[in-house]
Order: sequence, then structure tokens, then C-alpha cells
Amino acid sequence: MDETAITVRPSALRWDGLRIDARGARRFVSPVLLIALWQLGSTTHLIPATKLASPAAIVAAFWSLSISGELWGDLIVSLTRVLVGFAVGVTIGGSLALVSGLSRRGEDAVDPVMQGLRTLPYLGMVPLMIAWFGIGELPKLALVAFASAFPVYLTLLGGIRGVDPKLIEAARIFGLDRLATIREVILPGALAPALVGLRYALGAAWLSLVVSEQINADRGIGYLIMNARDFMRTDVIVVGLLVYAILGLATDGVVRAIERRALAWRPSILADGR
Amino acid sequence: MSGGRVRARGLSLAFDGQPVLRGLDLDIEPGEFVAILGRSGSGKTTLLRVLAGLERRATGAVEVPTASAVVFQEPRLLPWKRVWQNVAIGLPNGARERALDALVEVELGHRADAWPLTLSGGEAQRAGLARALVRDPAFLLLDEPFASIDALTRLRMHELVLALWRAHGPSVLLVTHDVDEALLLADRAVVIDGGRIVAQTIIAAPRPRDPASHTFSTQRRELLGYLGVPLVWSPQ
Repeated sequence: MDETAITVRPSALRWDGLRIDARGARRFVSPVLLIALWQLGSTTHLIPATKLASPAAIVAAFWSLSISGELWGDLIVSLTRVLVGFAVGVTIGGSLALVSGLSRRGEDAVDPVMQGLRTLPYLGMVPLMIAWFGIGELPKLALVAFASAFPVYLTLLGGIRGVDPKLIEAARIFGLDRLATIREVILPGALAPALVGLRYALGAAWLSLVVSEQINADRGIGYLIMNARDFMRTDVIVVGLLVYAILGLATDGVVRAIERRALAWRPSILADGR
Repeated sequence: MSGGRVRARGLSLAFDGQPVLRGLDLDIEPGEFVAILGRSGSGKTTLLRVLAGLERRATGAVEVPTASAVVFQEPRLLPWKRVWQNVAIGLPNGARERALDALVEVELGHRADAWPLTLSGGEAQRAGLARALVRDPAFLLLDEPFASIDALTRLRMHELVLALWRAHGPSVLLVTHDVDEALLLADRAVVIDGGRIVAQTIIAAPRPRDPASHTFSTQRRELLGYLGVPLVWSPQ
């Protein structure tokens, strides 16, 4: 008698899986070909190493930087900068979104300022950050925090505003007080957009770190890259860029894992999880 | 058995100067099942919202049991809480057993740990019914709870509501635009139009009622007439 959820999925998934396997293999062909051509160009000196190192040289550079420990030290420094700045930015952006989203007066006070500030190109603020905070860690952290605050602010505020008023009304009539309504209805309802905002914020955080590390740094992946530039070590430059990319992907993966857990109630995720 | 007397006097409410309720009086005896019939915009849902305490701008006097519970037209389940947690919402901690009992009563015990978005329309509505039931209401307000459910499921829901009403004995206010639904379920049908009661009919036939019977079709014609539906074709 019960009309349970549609369960056509498993077999459909398996079919998709097979097709993706065949297609997935095909999708490897062009990148591999490109790298092979690149290596060929480097070996034949068509591509000078001062412009772009060969793939083999890049792998070798990665290896030697790893063994010397240089890479890991810089990686930890950059990752720490991003995580600290991101945490501060998310806390500030999230708190302001709560103030703005949960009270009319808070919104009138906070929102115009945030809407104004978010139009500033944050990457262009490096000189100002240096003027304010000097050239140590602080300007880098401040820029990362500034950049990551806005996506969280905007998406969390949008999420709070987007919660179905009918659910809030139902919660009230079934005995939830204001605080419980915020905890049980408004915040869970705003979580999905807020997590998307978190991923945007991470992207902005890495981007602002890259920029601020290239302008002044004595440690970190950006320092590694700028130092390599002075010696025309394009292999090290590419290693640095790849490390940035991998770190960006890894931190994004963490947020996506959180998303999968926290939004387990969503039908798309339910279907994935089976 | 608990019963709740409902008394409303001179209920008035206007939205933007447009009157929705105009000095409406309504009494519901303890344990009585009253159906409110009306066209869209007649004020029937507003009346329910006033009695449920959701419309505080209304004027007039209202006396309802404190133990009231509403089943809405849309199930209004929180998608991020499991079905039993939705049923237990607002109850003190440790209400899982009570929630499960209520779910079993609406034949949804096997879906207690499901996520609401995996429920069918009928299941979600039964979860909404369980959420009202678990509060042991003396007054149960039903806002067109069967409107968006397919016809066969609706028949089963009718039986279920009647069984629950018999078992728990609350006063019931059912808002509907479906004359047959009112005639199948209620003790009394109240027709609202323009924010006022324009007609009332006692439905005395013993349950279960036969829609093909003579009294049923007579009362159907009568109520449809009050609703302003000219009945050219009469089912005999």
C-alpha cells in the first residue's frame, strides 16, 4: 500500500557507471597527448626551459623539493595562512549574516555596509593591507579573511531569507520558541546555500593568498614561486602552481564531504549514497 | 476521551481594507466534527487560522482548548529531520516512543526513520496527522489536508481520520471545498461565504455513509446550492 521512494536508481547507476568508464578512459587521451607533445617540444628544445620546463623536469623538481623538505615547509605556511584567514573571514561573514538575517534592525545596520564593501575588488586591496598591516603575516591573513567573508555573508543571508515561512509558522504552532526555531528550522534551512558560499569563499581565499604571497612573502608557496622566478626556474614555478591547485582541490573536497554529511536529507544526496 | 469546546463570537478580519471575516459566530461542541465549506476566498481558511491562533490581527472573542493541533494543506515537514523527529517536534526530549506510537496509528510506523522528502504525498500527510495526534489535541484543525492527494489515497485518509476521531474524541474543524468530503465525515456542515456563515446543515446519517444514498444526494444538492453551484445534472 505504501508508495515508497522510486528505486529505479541502482541499475540506472550501474549503466551510467559503465558508460562513464568507457568515456572516462577516452577523456584521458587528449590531456595525455598534450603532455606528451609538451615533453617532445622540451626535449627538442622547441620550448626553451627558461619559458616552460619540461614535464619530466617538473616532476624532478617536485621530487627534489619534497625530499629537501622545502616544499612541505612552504606548503604548511600557505595552508595555515589560508585556514586561519578563512576561519576568521567565515566567522565574521557568518556572524554578520546572522545579525542581518535574524533581525530587521540588524539588517538595516549591517547590510548596506556589506553590500557596499563587497563591490570592492578585494585583490586590489593588497596595497591598502600593506599600508595598514605592514608586510608580515597580518596583511595576508587580513586579505584572505576579507575575501572569504563576503560569499559566506551573502549565501547565508540569502539562505535565511529563503526559508519557507510556512515551515517557520508550523514550527511555532508546534511549540518551538524563537531560539528553537532558529536552531531547528532557520539554520538547517539555510545550510545548503551557506555551504555553497563556503566553497566560493575557499576559492576566494586561495586566490587572495596567491596574490598577496606574490607581492611580499618570505615563506610559503608564493615565496617559492617568486624566488624561482629570479632564477628562471620555471620547473619550480609550475610545481608551486600545481601545489596551489592541489591544495585548493583538497580543501574544496573537505567542504564537499561536509556537504554530503550535513545535507544527507536531500534527495540527490540520498540517491548518491545508495 | 477528551473534548474541547470551541466558541467564536463576532470574528472580524480585514486584509488591506478588504474584509475576510465579517462578525462570524461559531460554536463547536466537545467531540463534534464540523466541516467548513466555502469557495476560494470565502474566508474558510482564514477562520481556521484565527482559531489556530495564527492570525492575531482578528477581532472578536475566541475560546479554544489549549490543546489544539493543526494539519496543514501542505504537510510542512522539516526536510532535514527524520519523520519521527518531525512528529516529535516541540515535545520534550525523549518523545520518540510517543512519536512512534502516533506513526503506527497512522500506519506509518515503518517510515519513522525516513527523510520526509522520500515520502509520497499520502505518507507525508499521514506524518502531518501523526504530528498533530501526538499532542493529544482536544481540538483538531484540518486545513484541506486531503486536497492534494489522489482520490484513492484520499478515501483511505478519510477512513483513517474517522478512526482517529472515534478513538481520541477531539472536536474537529475540517476546512474543505469538497462537499462529498464534508458529507462523508462531518456531524455538521457550515457553509461560509464572504466571511459569514450563510448556511448550516446537520448530517445525521450514521457512518459509514453511502454517497449513493438518497439523503446523501439530497444534502449534496442542498450544500452545492448554498455554495452557488447550479446543479443541472443531478446524480440519482
